[in-house]
Amino acid sequence: MRKRFDIRVQPGFATIAMFCFFLLYVPIFTLVVYAFNSGISIARWEGFSFRWFVAAWNNNLVIEAAIRSVQIAAIAAVIATAVATLAAIATTRTAGYRGLTFKYSFINMPLMVPEIVTAVALLILFSRIKVWTGYSGLGYLILAHTAFCIPFAYLPIRARLENMDLALERAAADLYATPFKVFRYITLPLLWPGILAGMMLSFVISLDDIVITEFVKSAGQETLPTYMLGQLRRAITPEMNAISTVFLLLSLAIVTIFFFLSRSNEKSD
Amino acid sequence: MTERTRQAASAAQKKEITNRWLLSAPALVLIAVASVGPLLIVLLYSVLAPGSYGDVKWELSGQGWFNVFLSRDIFDDTISLADAHVTILWRSAKLAVITTVLCLIVGFPTAYFIASRAPHNRSIWLFLITIPFWTNMLIRGFAIQEMIRNEGLANTILMKLGIISAPIQMLYTDFAILLGMVYVHLPLMVLPLYASLEKLDFRLVEAGYDLYATRLKVLWRIIIPLVKPGIIAGSILVFIPALSSYVIPRILGGGKNLMVGNLIELQFGQGRNWPLGAALSITLVIIVLFAMLYYVKNAGKTGGGHA
Repeated sequence: MRKRFDIRVQPGFATIAMFCFFLLYVPIFTLVVYAFNSGISIARWEGFSFRWFVAAWNNNLVIEAAIRSVQIAAIAAVIATAVATLAAIATTRTAGYRGLTFKYSFINMPLMVPEIVTAVALLILFSRIKVWTGYSGLGYLILAHTAFCIPFAYLPIRARLENMDLALERAAADLYATPFKVFRYITLPLLWPGILAGMMLSFVISLDDIVITEFVKSAGQETLPTYMLGQLRRAITPEMNAISTVFLLLSLAIVTIFFFLSRSNEKSD
Repeated sequence: MTERTRQAASAAQKKEITNRWLLSAPALVLIAVASVGPLLIVLLYSVLAPGSYGDVKWELSGQGWFNVFLSRDIFDDTISLADAHVTILWRSAKLAVITTVLCLIVGFPTAYFIASRAPHNRSIWLFLITIPFWTNMLIRGFAIQEMIRNEGLANTILMKLGIISAPIQMLYTDFAILLGMVYVHLPLMVLPLYASLEKLDFRLVEAGYDLYATRLKVLWRIIIPLVKPGIIAGSILVFIPALSSYVIPRILGGGKNLMVGNLIELQFGQGRNWPLGAALSITLVIIVLFAMLYYVKNAGKTGGGHA
């Protein structure tokens, strides 16, 4: 008997899709597998071992870079989310006012400028400030990361706010809640999933950044990605695979939480 | 309404708008200081003269812009096309276009496949597309590097199958850059395509079949025109970052296989020609802006395409 004619099927599309998923995952899987290689090669399998994870753990440069990465990402994510929340409140649930479109496009502008251009721009600016002030701490990196994280924090928060109507806040205000109390007890709890999503997104974006960090960092301020970039030009051992694997798992965990958060975001429409 | 209540209302409105500006001020200031504002400095630097050891001399000069496209012979002062820069700009554009086309060829069927799954399964497939996207670009580049190095998996398999007898040099070539860029940017193509395809009205497809269209004809004459906004959106979203790639060409291309992002870095590093680097940066920003404008005009309204 002939198969029922399915109007949704296009010949070959499923095959290409499978090929696409294959293409996306094989390199990552290979990378993870060789992290457990007991030999020194990243191409010839010699047996299972955790030795490269231990090696990475005992490598001070790696641990320092990782801690620095997390520090920068955490601070940048918190600041970016805080200011993005305020900005989102200021740009949603309004009949519109002069400058609203400007604000919206300005906040999203870091997404549109090529990263390499922002990187050289900050290099020029910060190198002058470093000379003037003599300060060359982590502040520059944190500032730069905060700025490019803002749009990423802003988008989910704004999306969440747009689906919240003002009725509850108005009711609270009618019952003599101060504006701060309205924000603290009504807006903030309702907005929380959006804020959390924005914060996690910013954290991952900051953690992953290479180009801007590479240009802005002072000597001895390697983050994990810039450290890895430096290593990639040398002879590579599975230690790199081990570091990548841990990094990958961390991103994966955050993205998974983000995925479920944004799902609950959609459901509460 | 009396005059007084009207005044009170407009005062309250003014106060609300002031509050809204105050609330958004921190975000705007941070972006102005550490992201968008510094671009003005780049613009300024592009019209200054290069200093002898990097940085700039504070005098106006068109040299930076002049050097983007032209070069003056150091011996006889003849002016000619700056081959190296024009070649790299052209190469970058070419690689970015090819990347976009390849992403479209692989991404369209993938997005279509996801959109034609049962609704509750779609988000899982989408999730599978987004995971690599959130994986650090460096790690993805490194993964590709491992795949295609001479003793890597790709060469090993090809040799085991007897297709080749000696490893092919794939790493540090244009092929490597292309492969890496497609790999990295593919999700940016699939996601907007999916957004368009998800809204595709299959009754129109059915009508096509009822009128004896073949599958290819339905695809070409019905589905593709309907999801054109998604195709444009995906293409621009891939083209822009592909054109300004820096990391992928740096780790997958050899020292000579540069793209414009690496050329810019070179001017601020070894090249010590900051005005030229600044002028190249502004050129890149202008190209990207035009692409964005085109995007806003043609794909901003991502609908299923029903007029």
